[in-house]
Amino acid sequence: MEICKVFFHLSVSVILSPLQNYPLYIRSVPSQSELKFHYTVHTSLDVVEEKISTAGKAMAEQRELYLGLLYPTEDYKVYGYVTNSKVKFVIVVDSSNTSLRDNEIRSMFRKLHNSFTDVMCNPFYNPGDPIQSRAMFTMVSGLKSDKCGWLV
Amino acid sequence: MADDVLFEFLHMEMVSHVYKEQASRDDIDKDRITCVSILEGMGFRVGQGLIERCTKDYPTFKDDLDVMKFLCKDFWTSIFRKQVDNLRTNHQGTYVLQDNKFALLTQVSSGKQHLEEAPKYLAYSCGLIRGALSNLGLESVVTAEVSLMPSCKFQVVIQKS
Repeated sequence: MEICKVFFHLSVSVILSPLQNYPLYIRSVPSQSELKFHYTVHTSLDVVEEKISTAGKAMAEQRELYLGLLYPTEDYKVYGYVTNSKVKFVIVVDSSNTSLRDNEIRSMFRKLHNSFTDVMCNPFYNPGDPIQSRAMFTMVSGLKSDKCGWLV
Repeated sequence: MADDVLFEFLHMEMVSHVYKEQASRDDIDKDRITCVSILEGMGFRVGQGLIERCTKDYPTFKDDLDVMKFLCKDFWTSIFRKQVDNLRTNHQGTYVLQDNKFALLTQVSSGKQHLEEAPKYLAYSCGLIRGALSNLGLESVVTAEVSLMPSCKFQVVIQKS
């Protein structure tokens, strides 16, 4: 699966590819300590895989695309989302930013998914390539500034 | 007014364009195979993008059969404005989708006339199915057959890796 990682100072977003799990897109708000975020996201992949495979056994219920809080570490919270095309999105948020509610994370994933769909439908984009879309960049910057707006 | 047939016209022109291009080149023997694979390749890429849009708000699929049902109902409806009429499977990874009035063949003929030309008009749709399945994580081989227009069958064999 391709992982697109977008790291924000407060959060990191990642989009992961369907088959090989390499990053399709990575952004972090302040570009420091990116390596640490890379590591966090890669370890969170195991949790994502586990959630997908256990969900497969529960045939009765409808499964959502949003996976919820994957695991909290002492500094960060990691949220996951997987599309039907097996592309995984991961957002890492700073734990100190407690004002972010589930709904907001969901809407962030929604926006990420919408942008990703647009990128996919772009005839100049080859599936599997790193994403270089400006529209995606602008959207992700918008997400970050939204969160900054809540910082008190 | 003419909205319904816009894509059908485009598709017809696409097919004749691809064949004309190939005919103007020297290598006649490879013509048929290259044209079909060009059309199939086009369908593949379009299928990938389309399925991304179609499944955006859809909950996760339970298994392969669920995926095929989605393909036969929602996906087919969004492209051809009707559902696939019959889906058969051997539960071993082979599925046959039968459409009794395939939108891209209705204008060609309604019997045995022009039967030998029919495969040209099915290549793109085979690619569409293969692209859609590929993005859903299922590698497949899709072939189509026609015995009586405008009815056709698409055979999908899921590759187990």
